[in-house]
Amino acid sequence: MSVAAVTAPPAPPAHLAETVAAVLAAHAGREGALLPILHDLQAEFGYVPGESYDAIAAALRLSRAEVAGVVGFYHDFRAAPAARHVIKLCRAEACQAMGGAATQARLERALGMKLGETQGNVTLEAVYCLGLCACAPAAMVGDRLVGRLDDSAIEAIAEEVRA
Amino acid sequence: MKIYVPIDAAARACGADMVAAAVVSAAALKGIEVELIRTGSRGMVWLEPLVEIETPAGRTAFGPMTPADVPALFDAPESHPKALGLTEEIPFLKRQTRLTFARCGVIDPLDLAAYEATGGMAGLRRAVATKPEEVVDEIAASGLRGRGGAGFPTGIKWRTVLHAKAPQKYIVCNADEGDSGSFADRMLMEGDPFTLIEGMAIAGIATGATKGFVYIRSEYPDAIRVMREATRIATREGMIGASVLGSAHGFDLEIRVGAGAYVCGEETSLLNSLEGKRGVVRAKPPLPALQGFMGRPTVVNNVLSLAAVPWIMANGAQAYHDIGVGRSRGTIPLQIAGNVKFGGLFETGFGITLGEIVNDIGGGTASGRPVKAVQVGGPLGAYHPVSDFNLAFCYEEFAGQGGLIGHAGLVVHDEAADMLSLARFAMEFCAVESCGKCTPCRIGAVRGVETLDRVRAGDAAALPLIEDLCETMKLGSLCALGGFTPYPVLSALRNFPEDFMPQQEAAE
Ligand SMILES: Cc1cc2nc3c(=O)[nH]c(=O)nc-3n(C[C@H](O)[C@H](O)[C@H](O)COP(=O)(O)O)c2cc1C
Ligand code: FES
Repeated sequence: MSVAAVTAPPAPPAHLAETVAAVLAAHAGREGALLPILHDLQAEFGYVPGESYDAIAAALRLSRAEVAGVVGFYHDFRAAPAARHVIKLCRAEACQAMGGAATQARLERALGMKLGETQGNVTLEAVYCLGLCACAPAAMVGDRLVGRLDDSAIEAIAEEVRA
Repeated sequence: MKIYVPIDAAARACGADMVAAAVVSAAALKGIEVELIRTGSRGMVWLEPLVEIETPAGRTAFGPMTPADVPALFDAPESHPKALGLTEEIPFLKRQTRLTFARCGVIDPLDLAAYEATGGMAGLRRAVATKPEEVVDEIAASGLRGRGGAGFPTGIKWRTVLHAKAPQKYIVCNADEGDSGSFADRMLMEGDPFTLIEGMAIAGIATGATKGFVYIRSEYPDAIRVMREATRIATREGMIGASVLGSAHGFDLEIRVGAGAYVCGEETSLLNSLEGKRGVVRAKPPLPALQGFMGRPTVVNNVLSLAAVPWIMANGAQAYHDIGVGRSRGTIPLQIAGNVKFGGLFETGFGITLGEIVNDIGGGTASGRPVKAVQVGGPLGAYHPVSDFNLAFCYEEFAGQGGLIGHAGLVVHDEAADMLSLARFAMEFCAVESCGKCTPCRIGAVRGVETLDRVRAGDAAALPLIEDLCETMKLGSLCALGGFTPYPVLSALRNFPEDFMPQQEAAE
């Protein structure tokens, strides 16, 4: 329900300019520094704030459009923060072979939301292979990996994010 | 008492951390002094978390363990319900030829002394005492071919970079491992990172490259952490850095992280990404070997290609070449996944048949239903029916059968698989992951999804369009993403035509 609320551009975070400057300084002189910089900013803010593009562009001698183009190309970089709990469900072939579609349906039911949605505290999204293909189906909850995703594992995830 | 518990991501995903914690608390409760060593994974994923106890006869294994199974380990281990006997005698392990993965699951991945004590560093020592040209010759003579998918001879690639004149050359390790069904790169980086670092340093010495990057996909946080730590340790201990093992060779290494784009596993797209650009594919030529990272000569090799190098340098090209068949020499770490009873990593010489892999080693399906199809080589690999089970696992035989071995991941599907859905998924994946540079891939894949939806809706006239579309994608795409997506689609269609027929109404 709150999907629209999260996709609207968020208010700029506090200390934006200082943080961006510190991250840029940490990568000064590095060859091809843009991705490491974007990763650091996302680690800092939970997304890559549009307000940081001009400073990045100036430091790397790029145009603002080039920075935006790179941010937009990669699935990882967010234009707005994700919810507090991010659940990534693997939908690639090995997980499909172990009943991934049914797992998705069960997880959606347990969470009361669909894949690709953000509701309240929870973002539920697809990922394509976590390298856990021999203990499929697999998911990532925050930074915790979960293999052999059965009913009790799904229940535990739902419990965890409700708390 | 020495107890080993894996710290590999798959083991952790199955509860290894809780088992490790249970070992510590149960030992404390019983007043037993325990040295807990976290290792990589032995690769028997169905047995994870696998716990091992050191005994005078060797390490004994227990698995799959839960925290509740732990206290009994300290009472009568031999009669423990999860006891598996000596680890090395477990048939799945015993049948392997573990060269690249020899140490994985055996030692603490970040213990450099244990690495050396188990044969590590011997290849690098030999390399620093050898002329670069001769190191290249050795790798060429071993018959090693790229394990990232294309199977290009590694020695030839290195020779091109060695002879290229430039003030700076690079070694780039492709650790993007995006293929579903693949996890060997991850396991190696988490379980034996120094082997990869050693292989990269040898590549640097052989080609005159003094800077290396490992480009790891962001979906692998554990591998990223271990590789960063291992790089720090290797630099501190003089294995790499300004002077490799005290020699005149320098080699600096940096770990870089991808950002969720499958196409960035393609080498030119990866190089753009490393340069901080959108991960779009570059036209070839120029080859990355001549104009790669920042336009300079660059070796781009897969994790497994580079990780095979230390063994070859330590044991000689001939010993490696003696294993395998035809033009597929040495060992291949198979990754057996999906709906399979004994899933995991199995390193063996080329030449084993697909049927042996799936039935004898993998034990058939996990569900117990008959195997329907096996996709070999990731999302761009073909769906093989059971009638292909006599194919020998090597580059040539799979190419001859309209497939590829790719990164040697195998995904088993049982009878419940709907091949039309899987074909549609292949097109959809290509559409989502296309870098957008060439039309056959970007637009073709979208049309492919739409056309397969027409097939699903019962429009038989749509089938010839799929064939046409695949032909266009094959011939017209800039890279193998668009170029090989037809493999899974057409193999599904040809081998399982009944799944593409208009749905019969349930006879009532
Ligand atoms: C779409 C696409 C994805 C690829 N993904 C990977 C990958 O994840 N890892 C890899 O090593 N090679 C991948 N490759 C192959 C690389 O382009 C390249 O051939 C390889 O890194 C060369 O190293 P090698 O000779 O050691 O195999 C991919 C190719 C394509 C077309
Ligand atoms: S396919 Fe799901 S983890 Fe690899």
